[in-house]
Amino acid sequence: MNLFVDALNWILDPANYTGPGGISVRLVEHLGFTVVALLMASAIAIPCGFVIGHTGRGRGLAVATSGGLRAIPTLGLLTLVALWIGIGLGAPYVALTVLAIPPILAGAYTGFEAIDRAVIDSARSVGMSEAQIVRTVEIPLGLPLLIAGLRSATLQVVATATLAAYVADFGLGRFLFAGLKTRDYGEMLGGSILVILLAFALEGIFTVVQRLVVPRGVASGRLPVDRARSARPSPGMEPAITEGNH
Amino acid sequence: MFTVNKGRLAAVAAVAVGAVVALAGCASGDPLDSGSSGSGDSGTLVVGSQDYYSNEIVAEIYAQALEANGVTVDRQFKIGQREVYLPEIKGGAIDVFPEYTGSLLQALDSKAAGGTAAETYAELQDALPKGLSVLDMAAATDQNSWTVTQAFADKYKLTDIASLKNVTEPITVGGNSELETRPYGPTALKEKYGIETAGFKPVEDGGGPLTVKALVDNDIQLANIYTASPNIKSDNLVALQDPDGLFFPDNVVPVVSKKVDDRAAAVLNKVSAALSAEDLVSLNSESVNDQLSAEKIAAAWLKQANLF
Repeated sequence: MNLFVDALNWILDPANYTGPGGISVRLVEHLGFTVVALLMASAIAIPCGFVIGHTGRGRGLAVATSGGLRAIPTLGLLTLVALWIGIGLGAPYVALTVLAIPPILAGAYTGFEAIDRAVIDSARSVGMSEAQIVRTVEIPLGLPLLIAGLRSATLQVVATATLAAYVADFGLGRFLFAGLKTRDYGEMLGGSILVILLAFALEGIFTVVQRLVVPRGVASGRLPVDRARSARPSPGMEPAITEGNH
Repeated sequence: MFTVNKGRLAAVAAVAVGAVVALAGCASGDPLDSGSSGSGDSGTLVVGSQDYYSNEIVAEIYAQALEANGVTVDRQFKIGQREVYLPEIKGGAIDVFPEYTGSLLQALDSKAAGGTAAETYAELQDALPKGLSVLDMAAATDQNSWTVTQAFADKYKLTDIASLKNVTEPITVGGNSELETRPYGPTALKEKYGIETAGFKPVEDGGGPLTVKALVDNDIQLANIYTASPNIKSDNLVALQDPDGLFFPDNVVPVVSKKVDDRAAAVLNKVSAALSAEDLVSLNSESVNDQLSAEKIAAAWLKQANLF
C-alpha cells in the first residue's frame, strides 16, 4: 500500500508538473504522440478497409496481414527500426502505427460487411452509383464499428506509447523507465496511473462519439435487437464473426 | 437458434479453459519461487544472471565449471537488472550470481568511497548484507565509461574525461535514464570538471547497439558504454580514460550464498583467476559479432582455459 501512497504523492506534488520534464509536458507529448500515430494508421487502414468492405475482395489477405501485424512484438519492431533510422521519434511512430492498423482495418471493413445486403441492393436499385452507395449508405451505417475499431486501437496505442521513451526523451514512458532504473517505484507507478487515467479519458470520449455516430434510423431500429441480445457487439476485434449470420 | 446456443456453449467453454490456464499460470507464477523450492536438496546450486548478454556468459561459465566438478546446477538466467534480482539473492532464492564490484558496491551503499580495484573489493565485502559473500574477483572488468567516437576524439584531442573541456560544440549525452542521476552522470561532469553538456537523450538499451548507433550517427556525442563492449573496437569508439576514478572499478566477481561450500568456492575462484580483461572482451565479441549462444561460448572458453 505504501507504494500507492508514494505514487499518489508523486502525482499530487505540484513540483512534478513544471519544467521541461514535468508531468504536464509529458502528458501533452503522450497525447499528441497517440493522436499522430492513430492518424497515420487511419490514413492507411481506413481507405483499405473501405475498399475491402465495399468490394468484398481481399478480405482473406487483410485478415492474414492484420493478424500477422498483431503478432509483431512492438518493442522488437521499434528496436529494429531504430537500428535502421536512428534514435528519436521516427521508430516509435512506425512501431505504434503498425500496432494501430489491425483494429482500425478490421473496424472499417467489418462495418461495411455488417450492413444488411438488402439495404445496399435497394440503394443500388434506386439508381445510386457505387460512390454514392459508399458515401451515403455504407460509411454512415458502418461508422459505429469503425469507431469501435478506432477505440480499441486508441487504447492499445495510448498504453504502448510509453515505449517511445525507449529511444527518445518523450512521453509518459520516461517516468516508467526512470522510475524503474532508479528504484523510484512511486514515480514509476505514478506514471503508470497517469497512462491509465489518460486511457480512461480517451475511452470516455469514444463512448460519447460512438453514441453520436449511430445514424438515428439505425439507432431506433437497433434498440430492440440490442435488448434482446443484451449485449452490444464488443468493440473492436471480431464483430464480423458474431454478426456473420446476416 | 441451435447454432447460437452451440456458439455460446463454445464461448463459455473457451472462457472456462482460459480461466483454468490463467489460474494454473498464477499457481506457478513466480519462476524464482519454483526454482528455489526445486533446489531444496542440498546438492543443487541456483546460478542466476542479469538480463545482459555478457553477464549471462559469465554465469554460464560458472554453471558449467560447477557441473564439471559434480555440482548440480539450476540456471535462473536473465532476471532483469540489479534492482530486481538483488532482493532475490538476499532472500536466498539464488546461490551464485556474477557481479561487478564497483556497481554492486554503489547499489548497496550510495555513499561508498570507491578507489582502486582492491579498495573497492574490500569495501564491498563490508557492505554485503549478512549471509552473502563475494569470492575472489577476476582481473576482467566491465565498467562504465564515458565514450566518444574516434573522429570526435581526434577533432578535440580527447584522451581523458577532463579533456572534454576542449570541446567547443554542444555535447549531447545518451544512455539509460538512470545515467542522468547516477553519481558519475552529467551533473558530476559539470561539478567536477566544469564540463557543460547540452542535454540528455535517453536510449534504454544499456549501451547496446542503439546507443552505439546514436553515437556513430552523431545524434549523441557522449555515451555510457561498458568497457568490455566489442563495439568499442568494431565501431571505432574511444572510452575516455578516468584517472580520477569517477567510475568505480568493476571487476567481475561471484556473489554467493551460504549454500556455496568450500569445494564449489574453489571451483569459482579458479575460474576468476583465469578470466582476464581481454578474455571478457573476446567472449562478448563472440556473442555480438558471431552470434554464438552463451552455452557454446562458455564451453569453448572453459576448454581453452583447461581448468578442469
